[in-house]
Amino acid sequence: MGIDNIWVFAQTTDGEASSATLELLTKANSLGGSVSAFVVGSAGEAAAALADHGAAKIYETGDLGGALPGASVSAAMKAVIDGGDSPDLIMFPQNYEGRDVMARLSVKLDRTVLTNSTDVSVDGDSVSVATPIFGGAKIVTSTFTGEAPYLAAFRPKSFEPAGGAGGAGEVVAAPVPDLGTTGGANVTAVHVEETSGPKLDEAAVVVAGGRGLGEAEKFDMVEQLAKQLKGAPGASRAIVDAGWVPYSYQVGQTGKVVKPTVYVAAGISGATQHMVGMKGSKNIIAINKDKEAPIFGVADLGIVGDVHKVLPQLLEALNARG
Amino acid sequence: MNVIVCVKQIPDPALPGELDADNTLKRDGKLILDESDSYGVEMALQLVGAAGDGAVTLVSMAPNDEVSGLRTALAMGAEKAVLVSDPSLAGADALTTAKVLAGAVGKAGDYDLVIAGTESSDGYTGTVPEQLAEVLGLPSVTFAKTIAVDGGTVKVDRQTEAGYDEVTCSLPAVVSVTAGVVEPRYPSFKGIMAAKSKPVETVTAADLGIESASWAQSITNVEDAPEREAGEIIEDDGETFNKIVEFLDNLKVI
Repeated sequence: MGIDNIWVFAQTTDGEASSATLELLTKANSLGGSVSAFVVGSAGEAAAALADHGAAKIYETGDLGGALPGASVSAAMKAVIDGGDSPDLIMFPQNYEGRDVMARLSVKLDRTVLTNSTDVSVDGDSVSVATPIFGGAKIVTSTFTGEAPYLAAFRPKSFEPAGGAGGAGEVVAAPVPDLGTTGGANVTAVHVEETSGPKLDEAAVVVAGGRGLGEAEKFDMVEQLAKQLKGAPGASRAIVDAGWVPYSYQVGQTGKVVKPTVYVAAGISGATQHMVGMKGSKNIIAINKDKEAPIFGVADLGIVGDVHKVLPQLLEALNARG
Repeated sequence: MNVIVCVKQIPDPALPGELDADNTLKRDGKLILDESDSYGVEMALQLVGAAGDGAVTLVSMAPNDEVSGLRTALAMGAEKAVLVSDPSLAGADALTTAKVLAGAVGKAGDYDLVIAGTESSDGYTGTVPEQLAEVLGLPSVTFAKTIAVDGGTVKVDRQTEAGYDEVTCSLPAVVSVTAGVVEPRYPSFKGIMAAKSKPVETVTAADLGIESASWAQSITNVEDAPEREAGEIIEDDGETFNKIVEFLDNLKVI
């Protein structure tokens, strides 16, 4: 017994494993037992990195042929489980594909899900996860009480990825079976929004703007400051919903989780949904008119002031330094 | 065209959240319509309006026969609602919630489309729409930023991490919508008055054939997270930008 067979839901882009995948593999490997990666699509050149982070076995669905991952990958996982390889724990990243696949699989297996977690611990046959609530003010520990497989989703950047695990990385095909009535959705076109500069979730500096900017045009100041600091611009959900900037800019619960060296929050009040995405930043600078704004509760340097005055002055001063 | 919308009634998110003795979220006060669900209600009303016939029906699960949030959505223009209210469902997990909503969908009559938000603003598990689709045996499209119905199919622009995908899906289907998909209308005075007499069918878990609800997880500990050390908060006097420059300089990012 014990938790000796763990699967990690794995995603790759152009033959490269996602950072969330490598984080989860590393953590799974530290829990003991054997670790398998379950790849959406084909592992390709990413197989080496998956193995290096602990995957003894790599299941791959192959091309989904336009099917959405939720219905298709969960069916492929169920087929492997029915075939006899039944994991004790399946770890998913808390992102679009991860949660859709986990949701479908939970019904197929009739198992509960625990989501939004940032840590996992194993004690004999028992698996517990830690989940921040109320914007990270409290940590709830929940334990699975039923039968395995246990299904859990973890926020990105919850664990540090580490290679050198020396997994065997045996690649095994796990094709998608016939989906019947659930297979009615098909992707007919893919659109990628072009971005320049460092990626939001990898940048050392993130400058994010919120509703305090007043109007969409003022987001330009955020872009300029991000560029000046060789960082990435980000946004609160409020201004993404308002259509000022694309969703790919969003920091928070439903957007990206960032942990940069410096996070500048300009005109962001600090709603719970935003804080969970940036609270792990090493240094936080906040500029906001309202001195009661929750963002000041996590700021290392808080300026109670008007972003329309402070940002232009800051840009000018930085420009003058060259 | 008949559309069912899953709506959640939640404690006012503007108030600080509280936990009950069993460490689940306190929900015994007045509940309101989750703002994330107002987008789905609006989208459904627009789709039914465009089709020229049919109705929008709400399904919800809430304690204490709570209807305040449902009345808001009925005032926006939904025709009727099915509410599942049962003490045995307090603290239910997402899987149980999906099974209960599937039962409520079964009570709501014929439908072409089921719409839900991507995640609630209080529990934010974010799995219920996809679980509901699987329980109903339907295809689904999650994270829709636009929806158009064309005959027997629905066309969706589905938000992705990198941009968006165009997806075509056969009906009936479950679609989850992002906030911002449409601008929700404010209920008119006439709508609010009309909502008072719109039918809300209240049922128990047993009415849906769910005899003993249980879920395979338990909360074993709750503790305060380590707090960040308080920083320096200063009022802008026209010179505080220098403090920011100094701060960045010390961190060697400039």
